[in-house]
Amino acid sequence: MTRIAELFETLEYGPAPESAASAEDWLQGHGHAFHHFIGGEWVKSDGGERLEVGNPATRERLADTAQGTLGDVDRAVAAARAAFEGWSKVGGHARARHLHALARGIQKHARHFAVLESMDNGKPIRESRDLDIPLVARHFYHHAGWAQLLDKEFPGMVPHGVVGQIIPWNFPLLMLAWKVAPALAAGNTVVLKPAEFTPLTALRFAELTVEAGLPPGVFNLVTGDGRTGAALVEHPEVSKIAFTGSTEVGRIIREATAGSGKRLSLELGGKSPFLVFEDSDLDSVVEGVVDAIWFNQGQVCCAGSRILVQEGVAPELERKLKARMETLRMGDPLDKSVDMGAIVAPVQLDRIRGLVDRGIEEGASVWQPSWAVPREGLFYPPTLCTDVAPSGTLAQIEIFGPVVVLMTFRTPAEAVELANNTRFGLAASIWTESVNLALDVAPRVKAGTVWVNCTNLFDAASGFGGYRESGFGREGGREGMVEYLRPAWESETSPAAGGVPTSRALAASAASVPTPSERAESPGLGIPAIDRTVKLYVGGKQVRPDSGYALPVVGGDGRLLGTVGRGNRKDIRNAVEAARRAQGGWGKSPAHLRAQILYYMAENLAPRGHELRERLIGEAGLSWDEAELEFKVSLERLFEYAAWADKWDGRVHATPFRNVTLAMIEPLGVLGIVAPSAYPLLGLVSTVAPAIAMGNAVVALPSETYPLIAGELIQLLDTSDVPPGVVNLVTGPHTELAPVLADHDDVDGIWYFGSQGERATQIERRSAGNMKRSWVPHGRARNWLSPVEGSGEEFLREATQVKNIWVPYGE
Amino acid sequence: MTRIAERSSRWAGGGEVGAREAGPGRNPGVPLELDWIREIRVNRSAVERRAATFGTRRSVKKEWQAAWLLRAVSLMDLTTLSGDDTAGTVRRLAAKARYPVRDDLLDAMGMGGAGLTTAAVCVYHAFVETAVEALEGSGIPVAAVSTGFPHGLSPLPQRLAEIRSSVEAGASEIDVVITRAHVLNGEWVALYDEVRAFREACGEAHIKTILATGELATLRNVARASMVCMMAGADFIKTSTGKESVNAILPVGLTMVRQIRSFLERTGHAVGFKPAGGIRTAKDALLWMYMMKDELGNPWLDPSLFRFGASSLLADIERQLEHHVTGRYSAYHRHPMA
Repeated sequence: MTRIAELFETLEYGPAPESAASAEDWLQGHGHAFHHFIGGEWVKSDGGERLEVGNPATRERLADTAQGTLGDVDRAVAAARAAFEGWSKVGGHARARHLHALARGIQKHARHFAVLESMDNGKPIRESRDLDIPLVARHFYHHAGWAQLLDKEFPGMVPHGVVGQIIPWNFPLLMLAWKVAPALAAGNTVVLKPAEFTPLTALRFAELTVEAGLPPGVFNLVTGDGRTGAALVEHPEVSKIAFTGSTEVGRIIREATAGSGKRLSLELGGKSPFLVFEDSDLDSVVEGVVDAIWFNQGQVCCAGSRILVQEGVAPELERKLKARMETLRMGDPLDKSVDMGAIVAPVQLDRIRGLVDRGIEEGASVWQPSWAVPREGLFYPPTLCTDVAPSGTLAQIEIFGPVVVLMTFRTPAEAVELANNTRFGLAASIWTESVNLALDVAPRVKAGTVWVNCTNLFDAASGFGGYRESGFGREGGREGMVEYLRPAWESETSPAAGGVPTSRALAASAASVPTPSERAESPGLGIPAIDRTVKLYVGGKQVRPDSGYALPVVGGDGRLLGTVGRGNRKDIRNAVEAARRAQGGWGKSPAHLRAQILYYMAENLAPRGHELRERLIGEAGLSWDEAELEFKVSLERLFEYAAWADKWDGRVHATPFRNVTLAMIEPLGVLGIVAPSAYPLLGLVSTVAPAIAMGNAVVALPSETYPLIAGELIQLLDTSDVPPGVVNLVTGPHTELAPVLADHDDVDGIWYFGSQGERATQIERRSAGNMKRSWVPHGRARNWLSPVEGSGEEFLREATQVKNIWVPYGE
Repeated sequence: MTRIAERSSRWAGGGEVGAREAGPGRNPGVPLELDWIREIRVNRSAVERRAATFGTRRSVKKEWQAAWLLRAVSLMDLTTLSGDDTAGTVRRLAAKARYPVRDDLLDAMGMGGAGLTTAAVCVYHAFVETAVEALEGSGIPVAAVSTGFPHGLSPLPQRLAEIRSSVEAGASEIDVVITRAHVLNGEWVALYDEVRAFREACGEAHIKTILATGELATLRNVARASMVCMMAGADFIKTSTGKESVNAILPVGLTMVRQIRSFLERTGHAVGFKPAGGIRTAKDALLWMYMMKDELGNPWLDPSLFRFGASSLLADIERQLEHHVTGRYSAYHRHPMA
């Protein structure tokens, strides 16, 4: 029987290889050895260490690259720094032209990039060809648009300077695009470190920047492993770090940059839930699982690795999944008929095997299809795990491989509970034919991206990023652009004391509470004033401090003005618990209601002007004019955030699919606020008001120097219908209390406007525990009286996070 | 090698696809289960996403491609359904069905002795006798479109009579059209009864129910109609008459194929699938074949369970086959016309 006659009977899929010739020629042209790309040219490392880059499907060596040294990073940053002035000033339109040229360049060499990517990473050519590379071009086009519109759309914002970017190996060129395109659009210059396993497309991109005429030094590339990354993170001339990778490394970066003033955006790990309700299209769900966990061999940070399926349909889904797994094809990534390619590196393959073994030891049932995995190369079969408890290794740990667990739930409420039973919060998929159910569950799942009846859809117009320990910051869309910009006023005011009244600056620098020089005296021999004791305010009640101690508050003239409760760590614990209880309802309450309450606060504050002015004059030693101004601005702030409450709303992103991509604004959750000391009233109002306007519950530490004002605020909160627990005030030494807040694993974000230096650094370092978002304006004094510095969108952005909900439609 | 006509019945007895109760290759149907209809969920966007990847996840090249295209020829209901059909054009079509690919090309591919023919010839009732006569001795069945094709709106007794006439005239396969209104109005009992009556009228002839999916508005309707027709005993479900504005498209095909799988799982009966209308290129044909292989497996790449309803497809396949043999791009006029 001839070959064709035989194939006529068997109808097998034969080999359908994509040619590797062009990629091989390119590697050959470079002698299979690469250097750094600095200031527009190839630059040899000042060290001799080389890193080998292999093809994971064949185990062949593709090239070797330099291990970047401190000196190499230094040179790259210097080149970027030198280019910054010109690049940031060249204008949005010029930058738009450059980004447009890069997008064109990517498209012109699309297949070349795709082949190179598949050889380097092991992903099937279908994915690099149809998903990675087209998205890369899309990101450059989209951000060419942002460059063009920058001045109009982001007034008062300027670039950071030199941005250090560290990207992972799972989507090498796509992650480059996600980082480089917005950074350049905003006017930053870049030093990029690709992953040591997969530097090739980034190196090819470096060449493209030359072809496209990008000015030297705007994009620099230093290859190397984690040591090179660390050097970049620690470099003093780098103004911002953007990192995508594991939560473990993200945490190290958060700690390493604490106190440096570097801005951070971190896109970290995930263990994303994939919720299947009984009324879903199960055949489509199966394909959803294929796209969720067998896309890129499961090496996807947002991989839907936890299938949570309603009990009644679980057996049917399991059966359908197994049947589908049998028809997946695994093999040469350059084969056009392959669904799954190779695992990126031996260490990753070992990790996957190790975790699955642990799962089996814990009692998991593991199912793999009957077909044989290729023997050469680094391959791991698609794997379905059942009999896994939520506490099991396979349900908890991010595997980063083609391994999915299937667990069941009974009700939508239980589904949400299980979905959120993780430290991560990157993405989620919800499958149901009921729009009511989908839109009920989507806001309740803690995740930066929620896909309804779809999964792993990405686009440059939609922000991507995490909640919780999956990181913070967004990439893509308007929300992503903001990450590469900062308020212009920061560089206009000198870090020392610009714009702050001198008396305030002095007061703010007073590190400790003055001790009373003498006993408080009652005025003359008349009737003494009624003693006022300011307690803590927790869960809507005035409570005595756990310590049983009070702190004296002394006026500028040394007179004892009163006492406040001395809060301790247990008071913080109680306050956070109260805030957590309150936040659910408050976050879901209509924005109109929150606005009404803020207006009511202003209404109740207004008649207390006399009292508050006296307090400010007596306690903080302000002049009458200064006290009057602080009071008036505080009133206005309440109005401003009442106004914003129902106007800082989301968007519908224009993503190129038939769907609505809802960029929904959500509160962070429980927010810790360390209020500025210099403005006892305005500082507290300016921070608490935006936080609660956006639906957060707050644990605030009032001014350390002038805490008595808290007493007035407690009365205000009590009379203004603020639900118990939404605002909690704990007075006491910030040195003791602020770190407890920063450490707390159930606090979602922390704003620190307390004294700078080591204390501020501590806040950032400690926030790494649960990767809570921190806002610590290092060394930048803020004039709280100024509407630009003391209020506005910056506060709203810091109080919220964007959740993108993708809802395809069509009957 | 086995001759294709013999091989065609290989799956009909059951084996891998589950036991079939009544006679070779027949779906006896089951009582109407309204619950099965109510449970059907089809998410259009998700179906479209999956359908879009058959062509990007799979590719066949070289000998594999030639073999697949030859198989596509054997799966074809070579069709003429024009108002200006005559006995002459039908006889030409029948001749093409017997010898769909030039002998020299078949020889070059080692398929010279394989007896490659199309799966059937499909005509209007008026030409059944002509076609039967022209195909005598070839073993190629004649299929007749029936029941007031393409709209299906003539009186029921007439539609039933039309079936009987075609069977009597020698058609062994009857492609019937369903009443779309039954689907659009959710009249599942009426649809079931209608198809049951058609099937009964078909007697020994196999029945293919044409859903005219382009007129069913939603994929959910397509799925429901597929399931009702299978419960009523359809041997094949078929997408289109070729006369609707939208004919065979992959999302619709995928929706129907998934229902075939569901029906097989529930009843053990394997029902065939026939996309028709708009499949004109070799590349199109391969897309449908990837879908059948990946969704239902090789048994559904056999004429007993899969057919293309096509008229111009064959000509493109011939060109591609010649290109495979000679390495040169071919031209239509080099291949005998139907």
